[in-house]
Amino acid sequence: MKELNRREFLTSALALGSVAALSPEARAMREETLSPDRMGVLVDTTVCIGCRGCEWACKKAHALPTPPLESYEDKSVFKAMRRPDETALTVVNRYDNPKDPAAPYTVKVQCMHCEHPACVSACIVGALKKQETGAVVWDTNKCIGCRYCMVACPFQIPAFEYQKALQPRIMKCDFCADRRAAGGLPACVEQCPVEALTYGRRDDLVRAARERVKASPQRYVDHVYGELEVGGTSWLYLAGMEFTELQFPKLGRSPAPGVSESIQHGVFAYFVPPVALYALLGMVMWTSKGPPKDDDES
Amino acid sequence: MDHQSLTPTPIATKPYWTPGVAALALLALNGIGFLAARLLFGIGSVTNLSNQHPWGIWIGVDVAGGVALAAGGFTTAALGHVMHREKYHALVRPALLTAMLGYTFVAFGVCMDVGRWYYIWHPIFMWNGSSALFEVGICVTIYLNVLYIEFLPVVAERFIGRVDLPGPLARLNGPLDRGLRALDRGLSSTMFVFIIAGVVLSTLHQSSLGTLMVIAGPKMHPLWQTPILPLLFLLSAIAVGLPMVIFESLLAARSLGLKPEMPLLSDLGRMTAPLIGIYLAFKIGDMVVRETFVHLTVLDSASVMFMLEIGILMLALRMLLSPGVLKSPLLLFIAAALVVAGVLVNRIDNFVIAFTPPYQFKPYRPSFGEISVTVGFISLLVLLYRAAVMIFPVISLPDRTRAPRNKYAVRG
Ligand code: SF4
Ligand code: SF4
Ligand code: SF4
Repeated sequence: MKELNRREFLTSALALGSVAALSPEARAMREETLSPDRMGVLVDTTVCIGCRGCEWACKKAHALPTPPLESYEDKSVFKAMRRPDETALTVVNRYDNPKDPAAPYTVKVQCMHCEHPACVSACIVGALKKQETGAVVWDTNKCIGCRYCMVACPFQIPAFEYQKALQPRIMKCDFCADRRAAGGLPACVEQCPVEALTYGRRDDLVRAARERVKASPQRYVDHVYGELEVGGTSWLYLAGMEFTELQFPKLGRSPAPGVSESIQHGVFAYFVPPVALYALLGMVMWTSKGPPKDDDES
Repeated sequence: MDHQSLTPTPIATKPYWTPGVAALALLALNGIGFLAARLLFGIGSVTNLSNQHPWGIWIGVDVAGGVALAAGGFTTAALGHVMHREKYHALVRPALLTAMLGYTFVAFGVCMDVGRWYYIWHPIFMWNGSSALFEVGICVTIYLNVLYIEFLPVVAERFIGRVDLPGPLARLNGPLDRGLRALDRGLSSTMFVFIIAGVVLSTLHQSSLGTLMVIAGPKMHPLWQTPILPLLFLLSAIAVGLPMVIFESLLAARSLGLKPEMPLLSDLGRMTAPLIGIYLAFKIGDMVVRETFVHLTVLDSASVMFMLEIGILMLALRMLLSPGVLKSPLLLFIAAALVVAGVLVNRIDNFVIAFTPPYQFKPYRPSFGEISVTVGFISLLVLLYRAAVMIFPVISLPDRTRAPRNKYAVRG
């Protein structure tokens, strides 16, 4: 850039900087639009009888290959711990009850529908969204299949259709968003024969859960899982033994995306740091140029 | 120093094909075969990825490792152009070529790892500002374009006055040549904009690559999970930039039968030592502050890999501090290779080893197909590099035929 004088240099550098600084709200803040009436489900694992009807109903409601309901009476699946995957959005696991070996605990697992979901914060294209009503849903028209949501989810929930060459999907419980929008209940809740699953306003469920614990302190451990974990989840659990023994992850109270988002927003606060760095480097380049030599080109 | 006049010249000392080059071509073909299978039958058909381990070596090595090892592009640009250390200009072009090819393969690698590769353009239109991956994606995309622009003058230089299309196309020769000249003039007065932009973009995405795993929280082994991951990634990228230039310069010189620019390379080696020192200080300081050294008392793959990554870099640092090493091409090569290996191991650690999902049915081991694709990418990169330095004026040779030229002699 031997032809370039310092004034030109500065003008172009400034022009570039202001373009970056003016770009409208480029740091795309995620709006927290949680309704106070957002819904949730309270899972009482002490009531659950392990019939796995919810597994069946969930598959049927989501047009996944569904074995006949009778086949779910086979209890041998409980021998090994299972996780929700691309073929089953919810699964039930069984755990020995040390207090009463005849009455083991069974625990339904699915997406927790976090209040501040890591998957939503992480998704590169915003294909995952937390709906006002509580559900965290996935948009097939956006998803690129990068699987960052799977890396991010603290409950290890999203699953991926690895065997598909075209349109592989991220599979996870969608809180039956479509059924609920049409006025229905989540399929699993509707199916449950013993009302182990209670569907309702999350705030009411938290209160109800605390009351149940207070009413029968022998029956429950004093912990409503999901009330505070990772900033709260729409699905809540009650249990008769420590949650870690039931293979729930032990998580802190701060929202999972917190640290990552504050780093992101710190680095990109209205583009000031990058633009400042740009200006700084420009200055270094300008001042270190020294007296023009004949081989002094950019 | 810079009066010995080094001129970037297309290399014609050796033929393109040698037995080694043919072997690389076979490895590349093998990788391409597995890529075809991935495209036809899905990611699951060639990889060992699972719902527990969504990311494997394609992300850890091809993408994270690739980005780190292409850092020579922005570190030499900063040194040669921003700080105007003219004598290093001879090294800028080879580093630029590596960065350009490296990032091209990073982009291609991401494309192949992403389930819906045909949607790879989505992030350009569908933004999520809170996603570290979005930021990495956008920065890498822009930077890739910047690298292509920075390389354009090299292409222009090759063809100006030499445009010679055959047959009926010959009529276009004149306009094409004039176009190239205009492009070259335009670029040489605006190049500084791109050079600075390249450095800024690099610092941004090199660090955001570290932010990527922060959101995995407790799923990442405490030895690596720290809020200063972005800083560690940036510092290690800066530290590996110059050694990578040394590494490839010596390798290319060897393979092309050229005399390496030892005085320049020793200088780079000398500059590298403090950069590694700073990185290690932060890395070890972080371990001390968070008291994660307790995890080193158990012997498992995590503690071994952590010690390995730090040990390699310490050894490299020790070597680079001794004047004898800086003077010997072989020892300098080993030291540079150690730095490269140390940073590569770090990236693999961060993205593969450190990822410990709470529910794990089967530990992740890369499949033969995954390794084939990674090896294939690297082979293809080397093949393209070799072709590029034979076609374009990238590597600088002592100029015996002409007096020092002004126009193109030291431009990158
Ligand atoms: S449990 Fe996982 S997938 Fe479900 S909302 Fe929370 S972060 Fe997302
Ligand atoms: S896999 Fe899809 S939903 Fe998950 S983070 Fe990537 S783009 Fe978003
Ligand atoms: S809410 Fe719907 S999607 Fe979720 S587990 Fe129940 S039935 Fe399945």
